[in-house]
Amino acid sequence: MKKNLGILSILLVVFMATAFGSDSFFTPYNLFNLVERSSLYGIIGIGVAFVIITSGIDLSIGSLIGLVAVVFPYIVVDRQLSLGMGLLTILGLSLVVGIVHGLLITKLKLQPFVVTLCGLMIYRGLARWLVSDRTMGYGNESFASLKVLVGNVSQLPGCASLPGAKHVPVAFLILVSLGIVAAVFLNKTIYGRYLLALGRNEQAARFSGINTTKMIVLAYVICSLISGLGGLLFALDYGSIQPDSFGNFYELYAIAAAVLGGCSLRGGEGSVFGIILGAALMRLLMNSISMLGIDDQLEPTVIGFVILIGVVVDQLVKRIAAHRRAVLQARQASS
Amino acid sequence: MSESNTSPLLSVENVTKRFPGVTALNQVSLTLAEGEVLALIGENGAGKSTLMKILAGVQLPDEGQIRVAGVPVRLDSVQTAQANRIALIHQELNLSGNLDVGANIFLGREPIKRGLIDKKKIREDSVALLARVGLKVSPDTIVDALPIGQQQLVEIARALSVDARVLIMDEPTSSLSQHETERLLKVVKDLRSRGVSVIYISHRLGEVRELADRVTVFRDGANAGDLSRDEITHDRMVQLMVGRDISQFYARKPHQPGDVALQVSGLETPANLGHRLSFSVRAGEIVGISGLVGAGRTELLHVLFGVDAAVSGTISVDGQVVRLRSPGDAIQAGIALVPEDRKQQGIILEMAVRTNIGLPGLKQHQKTGGFLNRHQEGKDSAEMIARMRIRTPNERQVVQFLSGGNQQKVVLGKWLAMKPKVLLLDEPTRGIDIGAKQEIYALMEELAEQGVAILFVSSEMEEVIGMSDRTLVMHEGRITGELTRDELTEESIMQLATGNVGTPA
Repeated sequence: MKKNLGILSILLVVFMATAFGSDSFFTPYNLFNLVERSSLYGIIGIGVAFVIITSGIDLSIGSLIGLVAVVFPYIVVDRQLSLGMGLLTILGLSLVVGIVHGLLITKLKLQPFVVTLCGLMIYRGLARWLVSDRTMGYGNESFASLKVLVGNVSQLPGCASLPGAKHVPVAFLILVSLGIVAAVFLNKTIYGRYLLALGRNEQAARFSGINTTKMIVLAYVICSLISGLGGLLFALDYGSIQPDSFGNFYELYAIAAAVLGGCSLRGGEGSVFGIILGAALMRLLMNSISMLGIDDQLEPTVIGFVILIGVVVDQLVKRIAAHRRAVLQARQASS
Repeated sequence: MSESNTSPLLSVENVTKRFPGVTALNQVSLTLAEGEVLALIGENGAGKSTLMKILAGVQLPDEGQIRVAGVPVRLDSVQTAQANRIALIHQELNLSGNLDVGANIFLGREPIKRGLIDKKKIREDSVALLARVGLKVSPDTIVDALPIGQQQLVEIARALSVDARVLIMDEPTSSLSQHETERLLKVVKDLRSRGVSVIYISHRLGEVRELADRVTVFRDGANAGDLSRDEITHDRMVQLMVGRDISQFYARKPHQPGDVALQVSGLETPANLGHRLSFSVRAGEIVGISGLVGAGRTELLHVLFGVDAAVSGTISVDGQVVRLRSPGDAIQAGIALVPEDRKQQGIILEMAVRTNIGLPGLKQHQKTGGFLNRHQEGKDSAEMIARMRIRTPNERQVVQFLSGGNQQKVVLGKWLAMKPKVLLLDEPTRGIDIGAKQEIYALMEELAEQGVAILFVSSEMEEVIGMSDRTLVMHEGRITGELTRDELTEESIMQLATGNVGTPA
């Protein structure tokens, strides 16, 4: 919690500043959208955190999101198969992608960056080819039953009368549940400990009896499954999918959220709560930029700077802490 | 050796260095004459490395004076130290493994011709420098392709290339085989005869005895004593280092071994294809494996721990044949390995003492649903910290801030918590100070008494002779002989280690 204080304070400052600077920011409509989109980014951020913790990376997330978003309506609408069949297909697709990434990285010892960079191109091309670059829509009534996933809580069965339910996105509930499961997995189970250990030093973990191959494959499978889920949610939310661009750069937003939230790309570190804050900060910045009337074209620049400032401050804080610890230790040693 | 009529080449006078809250060096002094090898010994934390950093220009002393040939100098940078012709050779080599030998020797000082690196000059000069250290490789060889002993010689050649007259060597042999060590010692002697002065830091007292003209001992950041050439004995050195008399350094006592705990029959490992290894270790027995580096000793332990697969043959623990496809299988079978490369394989440096100790037992102690058993982890780590006397402020301390000896105790602790039947140790005391060494020997003794079968690989002859009940000697993947405690001498080991097969009487 303590190490997330920095990002939490940036988040609050930006939030307050935008709330004061813009009339349309602090409206139920805008806040609902903000929380919903933050939740979607947070979900894929949690996914990529699993591979970052193993000191890996997944660059294919955005393309996988694009592919899932295209394949789903392709199965259900173009092929006229059932909704269940569509869900099964995207589930299977994500699973296979994760397993293949994991096996290439562990068994063939390929670098995660390279494997998933190839994935980034392969899945994007497949998505475009499958539907000949046609825009895919989610307007078909077969999807109506799933729309609740991107609606508000009051639309859930039995929740209609809950106070304030209309203002809480279902995606936020999904994020919170996923976040709790992920945090428990990472911090309370032996498998989470295995991941953290092998992320720091795979060889020592293996020499301690940990099946590191199995754990790394598992991390990539978790990442791809969560990306697949993210792809479904993003698609339902946006409703209209351009195969050549849908999901572009999402992997980078996910990675940025994870890094802002305290994951080290060297592996072995990560806090689920931090990642959620990281995702929220990024979404908030995008929102603030348009609300405050800053030139849209500067959006990536602003986000880039905020992330940079975030990691610089983090690094400085770590250095000061390390120095203090060294002094303290020296004192203890000499007494 | 030292001439009293001229000032010494290098003198350190009453140097004090304080770090926040701790005095690393307290009024230490030493002198070094031209063409002299001065051994600097002391336990880890005695202040040797701090002094080396001061001499190499990495840190400035708070008080005291350093003189080179009688002239006071202020060594405020590595460049100034180099200008005074002082060169430091680090324990962990500072070579760029991806570059060739010549490029490494001249790294940062490349001769330039017409704006480009003068490769011809590098090659010519390198050949001459390599000849001085007795290394017969081409300057075009990529450094990574050389064994570690030869890399060390490249580093020395680099020091010579700046025309160093004071060479500081920090544990140069800690990762060398016996053979490579001998070669290095020869090079150092040769340099001495050419007038180069050497400050030689080592935990290996045998080398010190062989090489040093004088010994200076540090203890707790202060001078603990000096020994002249004819005073250098193992016992005197140990006594000055630890500050008390050590009646018996090795703890091995006579005892009665139990049943066979580890039986290896016809084992063929990837490193010894075509040779079949057979031997056994009884419960309560300590068996040493001696041999030169590259004899296949580490590879044998890796197969016994399931890191690498056996090509053929069987391994049994307590009479049960076990199949070892992974370290997990080996742990299940009651086998534990303290690996050679502590920092890469033994521990996770960035994790806490407690987490490291708990790691192998996570699976065994897990609660339903795969949840961590924090209670057990805390119990095990508290027990091990106490039993191994691990010097750490608390169990949450990150392992990288512990000394080498204490890190090794963490590795031992994590395995002892698993109560192994067979304990494999690969160079268990490499690079750790004498106090910790002794504690590890005592622990091996204690474990053997409790019926653990111990198989340990060591390149330190004294250790093998002092600690093992029997010793297997390996040469190029084969076991060339087995020596009982009575037959164990440095000579008998070397005979077998160099491939002279025969049954010594």
